[in-house]
Amino acid sequence: MAKYNKLNNKDIEYLKSIFSSDDCFFGDEIGEDYGRDELSTVRNMPEALVFINNAEEASKVMRYANERHIPVVVRGSGTGLVGGCVPLEGGIVMCTSKMNHILELDEANLTLTVEPGVLLMDIYSYVEPRGYFYAPDPGEKTATIGGNISTNAGGMRAVKYGTTRDWVMGLEVVLPNGDIEYFGRKVVKDSTGYSLKNLIIGSEGTLGIVTKAILKVIPKPAETLSLLLPFRSEEEALDAVPEIIKAQVNTIAIEFFERNTIGFAEEFLGKKFPDTKSDAYILLTFEGANKEELKANYSKAADMCINKLNAIDGLIVDTEERKDSVWKARGAFLEAIKASTTEMDECDVVVPRSEVANYIKFTYELASKYNIRIPSFGHAGDGNLHIYICRDDYSKEEFEKKLAKVFDEMYKEASRVGGLVSGEHGIGYAKKGFMKDLLGENQIRLMAGIKKVFDPNDILNPGKISE
Amino acid sequence: MNIITCIKQVPASSDVKIDPETGAMIRDGKNTKMNPYDLYGLEIALKIKEQHGAFVKVITMGPPAATSVLEEAIWMGCDDGYLMTDRKFAGADVVATSYTLSQGIRFMGDYDLIICGKQTTDGDTAQVGAELAEHLGIPYACYVDKIIEVKDKSIVVRTNMDKTFETLEIAYPCLITVDKGSVTPRLPSYKRSVEFKDKEFHFVTFNDLPDQNEASYGLKGSPTQVERMFNPDKNTNKVVLNGTEEELANKLKDILKEGKYL
Repeated sequence: MAKYNKLNNKDIEYLKSIFSSDDCFFGDEIGEDYGRDELSTVRNMPEALVFINNAEEASKVMRYANERHIPVVVRGSGTGLVGGCVPLEGGIVMCTSKMNHILELDEANLTLTVEPGVLLMDIYSYVEPRGYFYAPDPGEKTATIGGNISTNAGGMRAVKYGTTRDWVMGLEVVLPNGDIEYFGRKVVKDSTGYSLKNLIIGSEGTLGIVTKAILKVIPKPAETLSLLLPFRSEEEALDAVPEIIKAQVNTIAIEFFERNTIGFAEEFLGKKFPDTKSDAYILLTFEGANKEELKANYSKAADMCINKLNAIDGLIVDTEERKDSVWKARGAFLEAIKASTTEMDECDVVVPRSEVANYIKFTYELASKYNIRIPSFGHAGDGNLHIYICRDDYSKEEFEKKLAKVFDEMYKEASRVGGLVSGEHGIGYAKKGFMKDLLGENQIRLMAGIKKVFDPNDILNPGKISE
Repeated sequence: MNIITCIKQVPASSDVKIDPETGAMIRDGKNTKMNPYDLYGLEIALKIKEQHGAFVKVITMGPPAATSVLEEAIWMGCDDGYLMTDRKFAGADVVATSYTLSQGIRFMGDYDLIICGKQTTDGDTAQVGAELAEHLGIPYACYVDKIIEVKDKSIVVRTNMDKTFETLEIAYPCLITVDKGSVTPRLPSYKRSVEFKDKEFHFVTFNDLPDQNEASYGLKGSPTQVERMFNPDKNTNKVVLNGTEEELANKLKDILKEGKYL
């Protein structure tokens, strides 16, 4: 007997009894977008697509699907990069994009309560004019907060502020059996048993469906500024990174990128970057309670980088226009690299910060060994690198052969230097094998056990992470 | 080649405070930045300097705190800075401002090319550049979005008049006002900020100017009377369109046409 049931007419009627015709679609009515994420190589269409409007709807679907053994996959904007929201077994895709309301800014508790479909960019534009700050800063601003929570997205400010996990205080979660539970609360400390909230964060929709999140906010830093440091070579720039970290210069982000990547972004955005004279760049970001404190912070870093670490200069990115000209390009790197090639796959490894320079140099060696283009950029300050293997003119078969070898070497090297498979994009479907190799049978068994407790019938996002 | 670039310090945010008594904008000097269009002017001047060799001076009018935009211009690569500052210049409208600048530029000496941003983001009149050229009696072109060629005795530029482009060759000395165009302004250099830490700027006051008639400057020299200043209403009205892709595209086109955006 097959593990899962296909949707029959009765099932369709049941979904129609819960959702209006604007919120449920079946078979051919479903757009191809819902059968994939941004890693477009992994695809499978769902049999039904529903847009939930509240936790109760999600609960009804789960209760029913659990009894009928119909798989359910939850998704937000579909901006994932590891096939995490692809309904491998068909069934129901449950989209959160209509649950996009900001419910409450609690100024006494410094929390923001949101629905899972709220876009990251909408969180910033809601809290910042009100004087508050939500620190996680993943590059993809059109991702939903639900997606950010499910992958524990990190972003550029992780050096100082950590990742999404550090900014989630509580979650309302619909469990696979339809029960609605609250994990965490509006509390700063929590020593109350196993942290189920933290199990849900990063579980990529395999343990439960987040239908509400209580996020932490803090007062917005008064002044921020970035310093763009040009270097004569990638090696010089990379060698500077550990020195910057060791020098305790109080930066909130350390980003590394190469001139080629800037070129792709210029072409993609149709806008020139303010400086392209150098081979490699490091971008540092600073904060200050006032302009004087800010200046003291960035001057210390600039002096050190110019006088001791071979930076050619420190270019000051202070006004909105300047921040736009630099950070818009930085934010577009992924899409820009994608547009520069026929097909690509990505590696989102995270290594100890002291290994970043050596690891990127290792990817240069791989590029030359396998004669394939491997552009990269990354959060040098937190060890999370985004490395892209580009197909360019290779045939699909040739590319796949090379890709497998390159990936194999990359993940082995990451493991050797004490790193992990994914820093922020998750495991989803595409990185399962690499995670298994790196973590080993014991840890996979523990993960599978957790999954079994939450979802004994294995109906929620089957075939992902540990399966 | 001698280039003078006119720059202005403007509020860094659109949320400016208006003095309810006088109706004038409160400029506290704290949350300020260089007028964004002037950055394009500076970039064009500095590109000419790099490619053809030039001495680039900047001039601004304002309170002593406005030296910070001169500093910024030096950090970006300019060679010298002039601040026109005098209580007699205060309260100037576009006519008095452009006249005062023309007097300051006469004081500064010879020049080949004057570059202004097409407008400022606080006053938004887009008149100062053209009026300055008129006061100086030199040819000018506004809304320049491209420098086509820098010659020994003239410059060839493209002006962008929304629906038409015009290519003009103008003999020096001349003035251009520049639009965003295709350049991205360079960033200020920390290295230059250290190198020119003690840079002294030229302070130009009423006493330095060729025209010593006080009635030509400031409020006295301003024919414009500002009745009231206020923040514009913020409008967040939304229209939701429904239909097929083709219907939506057509509806959107109609709306944009109606609003004269197309």
